[in-house]
Amino acid sequence: MSVAEPTNDTPAEMVQDRVLSCTHCRLPVPVGLIEPGATEQFCCSGCKMAFRLIHSSGLEAYYRMVETTGTSSLTRREEEKLSNRFDDFDQPAFFDRFGNPVDEEIDEITFLLDGIHCAACIWLIEKLPQIVPGILVVKLNWARQTAKIRWKRDAVKLSKIAQTLSHLGYMPHPIHRSTIEERRQNENRRQLTRIGIAAAAAGNNMLIAAALYFGMFSYMSVGMSQLFRVASCAIGLASLFWPGRVFLQGAVNAIRTRTPHMDLPIALGLTVGSIAGTVNTIRGTGEIYFDSLSVLIFLLLVGRWIQFRQQNRAADAVELLYRLTPQTTRKIVDGRPVATFVDLVQPADILEIRAGDLVPVDAVIVGGTTEMDESILSGESRLVGKSVGDEVMAGTKNCRSTITIRVVATGRDTRLSKIVDLVEQASLEKPTIVQWANRMGGFFVVAVIVMAVVTLAVWLWIDVSVAIDRAVALLIVACPCALALATPLAISVALGKAAKRKIMIKGGDVLQQLNRPGMIWLDKTGTLTEGKLEVVDWYGDNSWKALISDVETKSSHPVAKAIVEFVENASGRVSSSLVDQVTEYEGQGICANGPGLDLLIGNESLLLENGVSIGSRHQQVADRILGANLAPCWIAVNGSVNAIVALGDHIRPDTKLAIQQLISTGWRVGVLSGDHERIVRQVADRLEIESGLALGGLSPEDKVNVVQNSLSEYPTVVMVGDGVNDSAALSAASVGIAVHNGAEASLAAAPIYLADEGLRPILELMRISKSTNRTIRMNFAASLSYNLFGATFAAIGWINPLVAAILMPISSLTVVAISLTAGNTNRTKAKP
Amino acid sequence: MSVLYVALPVALFLAVIAVIAFVMQVRTGQLDDLETPPRRILFDDVERRSREPGPGHVDEEAKP
Repeated sequence: MSVAEPTNDTPAEMVQDRVLSCTHCRLPVPVGLIEPGATEQFCCSGCKMAFRLIHSSGLEAYYRMVETTGTSSLTRREEEKLSNRFDDFDQPAFFDRFGNPVDEEIDEITFLLDGIHCAACIWLIEKLPQIVPGILVVKLNWARQTAKIRWKRDAVKLSKIAQTLSHLGYMPHPIHRSTIEERRQNENRRQLTRIGIAAAAAGNNMLIAAALYFGMFSYMSVGMSQLFRVASCAIGLASLFWPGRVFLQGAVNAIRTRTPHMDLPIALGLTVGSIAGTVNTIRGTGEIYFDSLSVLIFLLLVGRWIQFRQQNRAADAVELLYRLTPQTTRKIVDGRPVATFVDLVQPADILEIRAGDLVPVDAVIVGGTTEMDESILSGESRLVGKSVGDEVMAGTKNCRSTITIRVVATGRDTRLSKIVDLVEQASLEKPTIVQWANRMGGFFVVAVIVMAVVTLAVWLWIDVSVAIDRAVALLIVACPCALALATPLAISVALGKAAKRKIMIKGGDVLQQLNRPGMIWLDKTGTLTEGKLEVVDWYGDNSWKALISDVETKSSHPVAKAIVEFVENASGRVSSSLVDQVTEYEGQGICANGPGLDLLIGNESLLLENGVSIGSRHQQVADRILGANLAPCWIAVNGSVNAIVALGDHIRPDTKLAIQQLISTGWRVGVLSGDHERIVRQVADRLEIESGLALGGLSPEDKVNVVQNSLSEYPTVVMVGDGVNDSAALSAASVGIAVHNGAEASLAAAPIYLADEGLRPILELMRISKSTNRTIRMNFAASLSYNLFGATFAAIGWINPLVAAILMPISSLTVVAISLTAGNTNRTKAKP
Repeated sequence: MSVLYVALPVALFLAVIAVIAFVMQVRTGQLDDLETPPRRILFDDVERRSREPGPGHVDEEAKP
């Protein structure tokens, strides 16, 4: 009964406002689509189809949910133009790549879905089995925006499932299978199991300890207290040998590989405490320590798990980006282009690549002429002309007109993949850096052992009966519980903070490296510049600008776009109709004719060929432009030179300021580019980067060399880049930062990914790194002073068991408090 | 006070049961995704004809 309610209400209420809103998505309905008298109104056929689908499956409750959750408007569901685009989903090759057979009858696949925005979406998507019979289970993961679908192989086709999802407005994208996810899930489960057991042990041991302490002040029989002590000992040992085993194993590994590690002092403290506790339990006298030990194990495990989760969250976001199948491409079948998946393309297939599309494979052009953007491979920002017989490489972009190509190599055989292999090599050669915290851990162990030995020796000399007790108490009190929590807590707070600003950090240790200023190498194209031209200067007559811009709108050449943008920024959009005919000369320029008008825009040769004479005054201007490493573009009106435009790479706004701020915080900034040296120099000049640090004409291998050489000169070498040609350098650098829209290889190579454009996030990152390191140091100072005082008092013999038991958790709590508050004060500070 | 001789083992036994329950939860994957379920719970299936278990209750069968 409730079914018709929302559909009746909505249009009636909207009529009063004289605006009809779409029954499905609540957007206003265009006048042409209003159906008079109908209760349901739709803004597009996509919404209509989605509504029908939901309605016929008896899932109208969805609309009420949308209202309850207060979702303002759903995304507009446009009709999918290629209705056959999901046909490929049924191919065996597709399933092999993305799917996962569960058993003989059931298959499973995971899709990344667009447009999940509220709880009602979860509800609707998980009701998919009601809409499409044959689907068994749909399970949505909100954080990752993925849906895992299981269906009966014979009952329904995958293309039908995908189509239904897209009709509902959730475009499904297949993602590659990955074992990382499963491994991570297993690790998460293992860690949770350990935490659960450690928590139970810690909780119960604390209760027992409370009973024992009360027993010290009031009467408790010896038998009773011994019962509690034995129970505590049993729980403590269980906690040590089950969840606490990771620390013991870590310590054994640390000894075997001779790398000091935080696990070593922890394991030492745990072992000594447990042995002393067990001995005292058996003797029936003395402190048993097990309450502190099991709490310690629990807290340490929680700290590690928090850091594990934060890192995974960042890694997940980036990983999904590069596991997404790049795109569909258009394959020529029987003379007609058909959309298909890049993964299914075979050598010798013929593909159609339209202007603006990426070439997905290595191939040879068999039809058409175009200009290609090969910057992803070469770093060169200028377009390269290509015609029939020329090779085109995977990852390059077609910029001018449609071409057809014959596939030569796909997948791992492409040049692109070969460069990606370089990445792995570079990361193998990278020196490992021992973390500051771990080095401290090494010193710490030595210091504690020395103190314990001295204490033992001194007390053996003074009073033999208490010597062993004193030394053991010292080892327990000095156990680096807070010390071990200090780094993971501070880092996980920082990772969360960074993720909020769209900075994805895959490992915590880079934050510590960024704190020591060194050398930053920036890639030019994509990082400093946007890979397009801009007008830097306009010499000459201004009065024809409007007309020139109007003519240039008819061309898609980068120079034309730059001029149009320049004029429109200066004087707004102007349109005139003085021009009848526009002709474009490949590689030269553009020519426009109208009544009493003859306009030429292009290079010197275009003007000379059309009989325009170039005076020495103009030649001087052109020379000056060339001298500044910019490119001149000539404009002639009715046979005489009217203006000369200086063109250069378009530099992202704010870049100059960001670079100056980096330099002022002690970094040296340089440019590494595959682009021509002259162009790199020009960009460096405009950004005031030292000309000695602006290197151009570099191959991917050269970039790796430069980065590796500077590793020996500077404490930290940061590489910022986006292209495949940067990815090897990204992985060779001590910290690699991949920027917005980067190629998938660079995402995989770099431990940091910036989801926002420009250099601002890098400044943000440096700030986060600085505050994190401050927090870590504060944590260390706090916990070290606890340990120092504790150990000293224990050595003198001042510490009684009660004080020791209180001191240990308090030091951990201090560290937790410092980590969390440091994060908060910085968050408010950073907000402008 | 001698009741403690019984109470302590009983308490520990209960703790062991809780730990076993928790480990089973983890093993069946109920704690893998901590962000979707709090959103899923918002709606109950009142107008449904048959009360089949909602998708939220489907555990991931452990891989063989």
